[in-house]
Amino acid sequence: MRPEEGTLISRAQAIATLLELLTDQPVVICNGFPSREAHKIADRPTHFYMIGSMGNAAAIALGVALAKPNKQVVTFDGDGNVLMGMGTLATVGALRPKNFIHVVFDNEVYGTTGNQPTISNVVPLDKVAKSAGYVNVERVLDRDDLVYEFKDMLKKDGPSLLLIKVNEFVEDAGRVVHDPVVITQRFMKAIEG
Amino acid sequence: MIDSDVFVQAMQELGVNFFTGVPDSMLGGIIAELMIRGVYIPAVREDEAVGMAAGAYMAGKVPAVLMQNSGLGTCLNALISLNLIYRQPCLLIVSWRGQGGNDAPEHLVMGEVMPQLLETVRIPHRTLAEKTAVEDLRWGIDTLKKRQIPVALVLTKGVVRGLHP
Repeated sequence: MRPEEGTLISRAQAIATLLELLTDQPVVICNGFPSREAHKIADRPTHFYMIGSMGNAAAIALGVALAKPNKQVVTFDGDGNVLMGMGTLATVGALRPKNFIHVVFDNEVYGTTGNQPTISNVVPLDKVAKSAGYVNVERVLDRDDLVYEFKDMLKKDGPSLLLIKVNEFVEDAGRVVHDPVVITQRFMKAIEG
Repeated sequence: MIDSDVFVQAMQELGVNFFTGVPDSMLGGIIAELMIRGVYIPAVREDEAVGMAAGAYMAGKVPAVLMQNSGLGTCLNALISLNLIYRQPCLLIVSWRGQGGNDAPEHLVMGEVMPQLLETVRIPHRTLAEKTAVEDLRWGIDTLKKRQIPVALVLTKGVVRGLHP
């Protein structure tokens, strides 16, 4: 069943809510609309915006988390991205980094390429993550639950996965303006120490 | 033949301090040594390994990614749409399966085209020789630091002790 627009929040609303709860944590954001929307809502140097290498956001965030075990690391991912790099759910589950929070915006479509359906309507990605070994896994359908569960995950040892069912609405957001080299440099500087 | 512990020691002394990858029999000795030293992080796909290395680099590490050359095909998009455009260096330690047409059928095409493939995507590469191994490693590290992109060191059979020496 496709989430009906109107009953769920949009991904942009979810991103805005999450960014209000985050401060200086590194956030690796998958390619496509998630990066563009996050960039429009709040452009922070702690954001690593991806423009290519689909399926790889969680792997990049995992690399940061393993290299900086005392820093909480967040990744904003999508259902299409998770399905493409699904092996990384297993790697995270096996390595169990305590400082890893995986947020998945699940709209059941490849939004950036024109809303072709993914298969997350029949494959519950939260259950896959739980089976793979993520410690805290929650699925939320509205803003109040999102705030409650994400605040809770920020306090807990992970790895954690928060699956947020969102509608297909796309915020009017342009491409990320920064050069990829600048994105790397300012992210490195922002997460130093 | 170079012993795996000597090779790993040389990499560590040159500053490499994050190791991930996907195994190959030719890399078996190096991976076993990395595991003994408790520094190997196993990946399930080569593009995942390259992604982890990119994250580790941005968090201050000097990463190495081990793979057989078939894995170059798997991670090609990550190398070109992540590492090359974002300037995220890593040391690729690539075993050259199918070199000279002498291997199982699945390795023959990549074995033949690998040097051209690396040239085409403009990844600097060098085939590691027993006599110049430390120099080759130093070249790899110097080049990735200078160019801020992945650099490939290609391992041929019998240069570093693998699982089947």
